[in-house]
Amino acid sequence: MSTAIVVQVALGGLLMGLVYALVAAGLSLIFGLMDVVNFAHGELLMLAMYATFVIHENSGLDPLLQLPLVAALLFGIGVAIYRGLIARALGVRFNTGMVQIFVTFGLSIFLVGAAQLAFGADFRSISNGLLANRTVAMGAIVLPLSQVAAGLVCLIAFAALALISRTEFGRALEATREDRDAVALIGIDRDRVFSIGWGIGAATVGIAGVMLASFYYISPTVGGNFALIAYVTVALGGFGSLLGALVAGILVGLVEAMTALFIDPSLKQIGIFAIYVLVLMIRPRGLFGRL
Amino acid sequence: MPPDVAPGRALLSVRALTASYRGLAALHGIALDVAAGEIVAVVGANGAGKSTLLRAIAGQMQTGGDIVFDGTKLQRLAAHRISRMGVALVPEGRRLFMRLSVEDNLRLGAYARHGPDRFGPLDLVYELFPRLRERLAQRAGTLSGGEQQMLAIGRALMTSPRLLMLDEPSQGIMPRLVDDILAAVERIRARGVTILIVEQRLVETLAIADRAYVLQTGRVVMSGAAREIASDAEVRRAYLGM
Repeated sequence: MSTAIVVQVALGGLLMGLVYALVAAGLSLIFGLMDVVNFAHGELLMLAMYATFVIHENSGLDPLLQLPLVAALLFGIGVAIYRGLIARALGVRFNTGMVQIFVTFGLSIFLVGAAQLAFGADFRSISNGLLANRTVAMGAIVLPLSQVAAGLVCLIAFAALALISRTEFGRALEATREDRDAVALIGIDRDRVFSIGWGIGAATVGIAGVMLASFYYISPTVGGNFALIAYVTVALGGFGSLLGALVAGILVGLVEAMTALFIDPSLKQIGIFAIYVLVLMIRPRGLFGRL
Repeated sequence: MPPDVAPGRALLSVRALTASYRGLAALHGIALDVAAGEIVAVVGANGAGKSTLLRAIAGQMQTGGDIVFDGTKLQRLAAHRISRMGVALVPEGRRLFMRLSVEDNLRLGAYARHGPDRFGPLDLVYELFPRLRERLAQRAGTLSGGEQQMLAIGRALMTSPRLLMLDEPSQGIMPRLVDDILAAVERIRARGVTILIVEQRLVETLAIADRAYVLQTGRVVMSGAAREIASDAEVRRAYLGM
């Protein structure tokens, strides 16, 4: 096996890892903020991919140009999920843990079913975008432009998240996360912080969805794979840690690519889950977790 | 019990206040008035309902009866709205954001305020507690108990309150600092902020208070001028365990 192939596969893994990292960042943000695991997180990714697909089919607007549009749409969906479901689930008096789990679990099943109803179970793809069928070549190493762009956009989205965390709202988010009752004492409306948190979490996964739609198949169940990887990534990086999500996402992408190259492509996820088990055994709080 | 503040003069007026804590009634029909510019102390043994009273006013628990602040009924208002109206609580245990810096804790106090002067109270906070200024970049969790209490009071002042409620500010801090904190409370009042304070340090607290209420098992058993309550041997023995 030539070095060029190994490097190329590693770079491909790195780029995919950045997408995983961004999906995980949204999940981690919501979990860190309010201790609610969003089991419909993968379905938000799926919604973003279909939204990109539908807009592209109907208007010809390139996925890359749809970024702000779909991110805003997902932000709204995130806020609506919080206001319509999560806020109510948090308000129940009995069995709160179960209610919180099943409300997003149920939402996930509903969204998959709704997508099947609307689009059928067929795989779709966007084959004629600006980024499609182009490559970036560096000597013997050739990478698809769509994946390079996806990696870059996800990196930029991470930078944006880091910037948000430095704003006054970011501080309020951090404070709410630490003590959701105490923030009310200084006039912070925690419901508003929670909804915006959900909005940002959903918009984040929306950006990943738009970029994925340019090179990945789109189907009602596509979110499941990514959600599973996102859980591993969040656990590996540490719950609620942005940097953790980034590092862990890249690591997961690399391990997946290397497992596919050196063992077997059909077993590529084995490496990821082996890491997951190792993390749980050796460092349950994750690389950057502060549990 | 006769009204303690002339009608219409009360900034805060509490009537027939009831509240339960984990299913147990903790307050049984409390009546209490605080006039603008006063320091009012609430004293009583552990479990008398002092903290519950402050939490109820701050909107942190379900209550029955009436709480009127400056003509507005506070019940049914969300806690953050009560804070925005100018009622600040420095809670038991301080409830600081331990992972954030001293400066972030202070600035977040002004989060819900608007306008160019929103960070204006910082000057007062630094004047009262110069030590905070030296520790702006430090995480709140690394401060000493006394410094944390200063920060908790400072954060509450950043909301520009008209009524500042303090729940056991002397708890867990060095005796030497207790006087400093109580002196700061007096200086805050001098700036026109009304004070309602719950405190175990009776002698020191009654010395700075104008009036006081004695609570026993969720009821007001006595109220009056702080000086009189402090000097009443019967009260001290029966209710305050002195």
